Amino acid sequence: MTLSIGMGLLLSVAMVVSAIMAIHGRRSLGISILAAGLASLLASVMFLLLAAPDVAMTEAAIGSGLTTFLFFFVLGRVRRGEHD
Amino acid sequence: MIKRFTVMLLLAGLGAIFAGLIQNYVPDEELNLTAAYYAAHTAKDIGAANIVTAIIVTYRGLDTLGEVTVLFLTAAIIGLVLSQGNRQQQQPQRKLPPPGELLVTGTRLLLPLILLFGAYVFTHGHLTPGGGFQGGAIIASAMLLLLLSNPLKRFSHRLITVVESASGLAFVIIGLLGMVWAGGFLDNRILSTGTFGELFSAGAIPIIYALVGLKVGAEFSSMLVSLSETEEL
Repeated sequence: MTLSIGMGLLLSVAMVVSAIMAIHGRRSLGISILAAGLASLLASVMFLLLAAPDVAMTEAAIGSGLTTFLFFFVLGRVRRGEHD
Repeated sequence: MIKRFTVMLLLAGLGAIFAGLIQNYVPDEELNLTAAYYAAHTAKDIGAANIVTAIIVTYRGLDTLGEVTVLFLTAAIIGLVLSQGNRQQQQPQRKLPPPGELLVTGTRLLLPLILLFGAYVFTHGHLTPGGGFQGGAIIASAMLLLLLSNPLKRFSHRLITVVESASGLAFVIIGLLGMVWAGGFLDNRILSTGTFGELFSAGAIPIIYALVGLKVGAEFSSMLVSLSETEEL
């Protein structure tokens, strides 16, 4: 019981930190996207701890997989446009 | 200054609300009425080892149909909007930078594995966590990887549309068959529920989830393909 509470606390702190990194990542947009994906990944681990593996899978596949890929895809698009 | 103060005030208010919620939270000792019904009757009536799947596909199957419809509408509208100005010129006038060696080789290695895993997730939805939506999203991320490694790759829109509509139609037909041969719309007992815990069990659930997986995968893929093809403007 104490272990799961401790892990939950650790995960929530890590989630908040990565969310703040995603917002304040002034250095590069790539780091921001990765941090947003990390927040999703930690959320899916959190769902797993809360005994909801189905939700965890959706979150991992869509939140941290598809969305991160899509952001990188669009970022590549936008970068290419800048150089023209 | 005032803006920052308002934000702080809002955050403090939210914190107070959540603190109140946590203070009064007592974990339930037993399942509530609906959950207890599902937990007691799923194995016997539906034959699915994963209760969540039994609820999504059979007990609340109509909601799943609604969700798939919403996703279909989104894909259709994105296709409609993005194909508007797309027809005028076709030649790619921009020189694209070649994708990295790592990405190309990694895609070649990983793509079949990701597709296989997606198919595994939606065919085993009644036994293990996961199901049509998750499997479809995994398949779509394989498509996205393919697009990332080769941005000029063209997918057949016709094939995507055929897969999407055929699986949607089959889903509704199976639902209607349930009204004829079993208890009601989307009843899974049109096929025998088989042995509990085996791959070919739980009646029509594996078929319905495979169809949902194909449909969701095709819808996500069509969105991604439409997005990637607008670039040639």
